[in-house]
Amino acid sequence: MANIEYQNIFNQVQVRGPAEDGIALPRGAWKRTGTGRFNHWLGKIGNAQIGPIYLGGLGLTSIIFGTLSLNIIGFNMLASVDWNILEFLRQFFWLALEPPGPEHGLSMPPLNEGGWYLISSLFLLIAVIAWWMRTWERAHALGMGKHVCYAFASAIWLFLVLGLIRPLLMGSWAEAVPYGIFPHLDWTAAFSIRYGNLFYNPFHALSIAFLYGSAVLFAMHGATILAVGRLGGEREIEQIVDRGTASERAALFWRWTMGFNATMESIHRWAWWFAVLVTLTGGIGILLTGTVVDNWYQWAVDHQFAPSYPAVFPSAVDPSAAG
Amino acid sequence: MRRSDIRIAILTLSGFIAIVFFGWVVGPRTPVEVEQVGFRGVAMEQVAFADDKAALMAANVAPEPVYERDTEDTTKASEVYENVQVLGDLSDANFTRLMAQITEWVSPEQGCAYCHNDEGNYASDDNYAKIVSRRMLQMTQHINSQWQDHVGATGVTCYTCHRGNPVPQNIWFTNPEPRTVALGWRDGQNAPGIGTMSLPTDPLTRFLLEDAPIRVQTTRALPDGVNTQTIKATEWTYALMNHMSKSLGVNCTFCHNSRDFAVWEESPPQRAVAWHGIRLSRDLNRQFLEPLQPVYPAHRLGAEGDAPKASCATCHNGLNKPLMGVSMLETFPELQAPGAN
Repeated sequence: MANIEYQNIFNQVQVRGPAEDGIALPRGAWKRTGTGRFNHWLGKIGNAQIGPIYLGGLGLTSIIFGTLSLNIIGFNMLASVDWNILEFLRQFFWLALEPPGPEHGLSMPPLNEGGWYLISSLFLLIAVIAWWMRTWERAHALGMGKHVCYAFASAIWLFLVLGLIRPLLMGSWAEAVPYGIFPHLDWTAAFSIRYGNLFYNPFHALSIAFLYGSAVLFAMHGATILAVGRLGGEREIEQIVDRGTASERAALFWRWTMGFNATMESIHRWAWWFAVLVTLTGGIGILLTGTVVDNWYQWAVDHQFAPSYPAVFPSAVDPSAAG
Repeated sequence: MRRSDIRIAILTLSGFIAIVFFGWVVGPRTPVEVEQVGFRGVAMEQVAFADDKAALMAANVAPEPVYERDTEDTTKASEVYENVQVLGDLSDANFTRLMAQITEWVSPEQGCAYCHNDEGNYASDDNYAKIVSRRMLQMTQHINSQWQDHVGATGVTCYTCHRGNPVPQNIWFTNPEPRTVALGWRDGQNAPGIGTMSLPTDPLTRFLLEDAPIRVQTTRALPDGVNTQTIKATEWTYALMNHMSKSLGVNCTFCHNSRDFAVWEESPPQRAVAWHGIRLSRDLNRQFLEPLQPVYPAHRLGAEGDAPKASCATCHNGLNKPLMGVSMLETFPELQAPGAN
């Protein structure tokens, strides 16, 4: 029972005292909002101190345009069930704001035939870019590196490929993704079917490898640090230069189990690159689909990496080819 | 450990136990049957819930004929009765046998008067149902004689669709999305449709009445500049395929090798049968069912004023072989072709 505190998956320590207000803001910056409060339950999973929050011009822009975009989506969903709140809740997972039809190409369609979709997309883009700039600006104000900003840019790359770059290259806004829960999943399935099975798209494969790899790395790292928490293992930054017994045991554990170990420094670079490469490779895969490659299965056959299997049933003959 | 932490630990543990219990014990309501149909290890298999399958089998048993077929009577029905336009070449005995059988198949509770004049004038055409049923007899003969690519020698009878109901259970009507003003447009999809998906909700009008192209893939690796089918068009095709899957109680892999849906050389042979089935439904809807629109009273028509139509589900009723593949044509050869006796 001696180690039980270190076996717990929730925070064991919460700091209480005057709220930390942060370093002085540079000239011209907005004031922070609120003074900082404490919440015991949030303290179980994170820092118990909530706020103060820095809103700023970019934060405000992002919230305003994001709210507008979500409202356009939400009210279109509501209108599609004849303004019936109950049906809106019941059918919520099926509802969506749909992009315009292919007959409109890249022109501006009537509002109720995809026009709302384009406006909502523009507002969403402004909101996301403002929030992205905000991650750069806040990191800069704190004298931090811009790693969060660059990682977020990788996610935005995929978002831009799906909603802007690829539709532009294909010459039609109809190529964009509908804004809805099931509809965007159906779109994904249809996308794969139309382009001959995304399974055979190597960039899609890379993206999945990094996605699942990220989850495995995250679990390995989290588990390792918790496991040496008893020895002060969570002081990772100090341990980069001053390893100490926690660090050495963690390293030894992995050398014993798989012959190689990351370090307190490199494990975070591993995590960063794995996460960033998910959307970076994924975006490339989407960008090539329909623009450069039209049928990934056939492409894989042409490049000898789609295996062939013995025929176990008489194959079908296309009746339309028979005339 | 503080008491509150013990409480959290207990709560977390109970949560895990609940998830395991519901996922492992309550979740799988019935055994799942997996039948391998292709090469091992490539997911070419049919998956079905054993209970569902058993219930479907029980509900799809072909009934025995009520009367034996007569072989002696030589009097033609057209010589005995007036206004026999389709079955006039049948003998009187077999004609009345078929009429009695149709009553069992189609209107067992309503009786002869469902189609015939209720004052006893059986020759009269003043009941709309009689005009419809005459056309349906012609349709049955048409299917059995012209569409053997789909129905084979098994063929269909009235019972294939009707199952004791004057109106078959699995008919369909055109179902356009509600008109909206200013906002709320959903391009024919994004509402609970076929199965649990939010694909286009009315693929039947587009593919089984109209003949929009179904194929969406390019058959070569690189864009050929010819195939203009979009992701949206794919969603329509996908909706039709879901309808077929639901109607026949089969997975995609019954007709397709899902590694590439388009390639015929890798597809199971059933795909060609299904291809003819799509054309068959379209033919029936255009040639027989939709033209009956003026004959029906208003309460038989759809919301758009269109006639009831046939889809894959109308005959298949959840099985890939309707009535488990039992042919009822042998005992009713008069349904084989126009003019058969």
